[in-house]
Amino acid sequence: MPAFGTDKRHHTLTVLVENKAGVLARVAGLFSRRGYNIYSLAVAPSDDARFSRITIVVDVESAPLEQVVKQLDKLVPVVSITELDPVNARERELLLATIEAGEAERGQVIQLVGVFEGKIVDVGADRLTVMVAGAPAKLDDFEDLVRGYGIVELQRTGRVALPKLDRSAARMPASPGGRPRVLDDHDPTQSEKAG
Amino acid sequence: MKLTGAQALIKSLEMQEVEVMFGLPGGAILPVYDPIIDSSIRHVLVRHEQGAGHMAEGYAHVTGRPGVAMVTSGPAATNIVTPLADAYMDSIPLVVVTGQVATSLIGTDGFQESDTTGITMGITKHNWLVTDAADIPRVVAEAFHVATTGRPGPVLIDLPKDVSNAEMEWYWPGPDELDLPGYHPVLEGDPAAVKKAAELLLAAERPVIYAGGGVLKARGADALRELAERTGAPVVTTLMARGAFPDSHPLCLGMPGMHGNYTAVMAMQRADLLLALGSRFDDRVTGKVDAFAPEATVVHVDIDPAELNKIRRADVAIAGDCRVVTEALLDALGSLGLPGSPSSRATGGGRPVDAPLGAEAVAGTPAASLPRSRLAAWHAQLSEWQERYPLVYDRSPEASANGLKPQFVLESLRDATPEDTIVVSGVGQHQMFASQWWRFDHPYTWVNSGGLGTMGFAVPASIGAKVGRPDRMVWAVDGDGCFQMTAQELVTASAERIPVKVAILNNAYLGMVRQWQEMFYEERYSEVYLSPDLPDYVRWAEAMGCVGLRVESPDEVGPAIDKANDIDDRPVVIDFRTDAFEKVFPMVPAGASNDDIVVDPSQREGSR
Repeated sequence: MPAFGTDKRHHTLTVLVENKAGVLARVAGLFSRRGYNIYSLAVAPSDDARFSRITIVVDVESAPLEQVVKQLDKLVPVVSITELDPVNARERELLLATIEAGEAERGQVIQLVGVFEGKIVDVGADRLTVMVAGAPAKLDDFEDLVRGYGIVELQRTGRVALPKLDRSAARMPASPGGRPRVLDDHDPTQSEKAG
Repeated sequence: MKLTGAQALIKSLEMQEVEVMFGLPGGAILPVYDPIIDSSIRHVLVRHEQGAGHMAEGYAHVTGRPGVAMVTSGPAATNIVTPLADAYMDSIPLVVVTGQVATSLIGTDGFQESDTTGITMGITKHNWLVTDAADIPRVVAEAFHVATTGRPGPVLIDLPKDVSNAEMEWYWPGPDELDLPGYHPVLEGDPAAVKKAAELLLAAERPVIYAGGGVLKARGADALRELAERTGAPVVTTLMARGAFPDSHPLCLGMPGMHGNYTAVMAMQRADLLLALGSRFDDRVTGKVDAFAPEATVVHVDIDPAELNKIRRADVAIAGDCRVVTEALLDALGSLGLPGSPSSRATGGGRPVDAPLGAEAVAGTPAASLPRSRLAAWHAQLSEWQERYPLVYDRSPEASANGLKPQFVLESLRDATPEDTIVVSGVGQHQMFASQWWRFDHPYTWVNSGGLGTMGFAVPASIGAKVGRPDRMVWAVDGDGCFQMTAQELVTASAERIPVKVAILNNAYLGMVRQWQEMFYEERYSEVYLSPDLPDYVRWAEAMGCVGLRVESPDEVGPAIDKANDIDDRPVVIDFRTDAFEKVFPMVPAGASNDDIVVDPSQREGSR
């Protein structure tokens, strides 16, 4: 699997939606009925109680990104859509895994978790449940490394993302490539306003 | 003022100036049917909920106002799914209210429970499950706003029985009180793109205006006519746009697509500029997309941004209302020096409609020679195609040995009815014959199921159309297969004194399927024979309170139509016995390039 950030097939859409019953079903239903593939999806309330934020990683080989965005925008509860391309986004994900770790391996697993700046969240007789947060590619690496010990259960949250920050010293407007593309300027929340 | 949710719903519909609704009561919607007795709104009691939906569509088609239907939960809601899907495909503004089981029962598989908002999510522009009676006026106002603005479409309000029974304090929301933070239809096109489109239009040597249903939805027929006349660009009108530009206008090429006429199809194939106005590059128009209009620069105007670049990448894509953008385009053309006063917009232009193609592109303007000279070769080419490949059928007396020619029936009907007659069709051969052989000279005179292709649409939709335009003559042109799907609504028409007229082109077959089996399945006819006599359409019509007539020979056609036209107190059904062997031509086979259009056998090489 290619490292995330270099894979051109994936695009991240941050979708601000009304916090109303059935909105996730509308978004998911749109993807299935129009034949678009969701690579990962994360939903949580936003800083404004009226809205939730859905972070969708889409497989853009399944449909042109332009169509996906425009069809999403037609859903009445969708307030705004921001497209983050992999190169210009900070993306994070959380991983929880229960790993076989008998006496002989326990030290090695704990050490590995330490290297990945993770945490041990539960300890059993011959198993450990660990948590690692980070860029998706980092979690892929961790997953590969612990597989040899035996993964009992593993869950990942799906990605959440924010645009990379502007680094120019004078705080001049960033080059267009360094900014998220806001595809709908009717965003009622301050934080989403595009510069 | 305290009202029940049910009273609030009816009062909200009155606030929206609803004059008629189509529906059928049942358990979960019972509370709402009580205040209907005291309401100014006319309620038309249908015999099947599908009929209510199609009637509301027919009403919306001809009036431009949203059609309203109300039915109960469960099976009634699922019965109205087809009209919702139909209206979604054809962008018909519809507000459907469904009853729902009480909120305490939702999710428990209660009696007549169905997940109506879930089922209709993909076939409505939006839907609402109301859980608080206090939300009803706001939701109704939002529903009408969403249904009628932007790209029109159907919406659904699902109303649980306990919410209808609950009390609320009446209010009516102002425009600012709608809670639609994610809904912002765009009307104005980008001026830079409009200017670019104007430049392309002026430079084009083989332009075609590809007018779709969006022109009618935007009330843009007058603007379209001015655009065509000032630029000299010929116009094709898609199945959904028949009537948006007069068929008898010299610049009208008629309908393109799978069963479009040769000139309309080939004009698009050879065009150097395609101006798509409110059309969506449907597969029935484009044929094989890769081979569609290969030489054309495409300017695409649509109110739905998602239609732009969906099928064919546009060189200039303009998101906006068709009428608003066309008028902006006319102004831009004026700024670029194209003669013709914008004031002619008000007068509608009074050029004789039978002038030859391209003659005097701009009436009475000295510089009219500008578009005329540049487009002369193009107009000549189009005229040549029109002369060589007109729509034809065998008119010889012996040709009707196997039954009436459907084209002859339609010509007779067309010539014997007022020019502004509303024609409603179902789906199949009769629909294509009607779209080809009728002469549509007025907008909103053609009602049919285009995108979804819903058999059984014609009878209920014609009833809705007649309710919306009681001043007009309304003829449903139906097939025998279609008629059998929804004919029971003629009981509704008789009971409600809605005098629609139905012409059944009875060829005893599912004709279009039969045509495909003949042409593409080696004449292996599978499950397409229906029998001309079972049912007996005349007796069936009479049993439903209509006048029933049967016509078997060409000389009976005219008198029967005259008799039907004279009846204005009840519906009339004419059973025209037509030729089962007649096929619709021209035809672009499914998946083929439009260049491979199959013309009538009499026009093929070697038959001349």
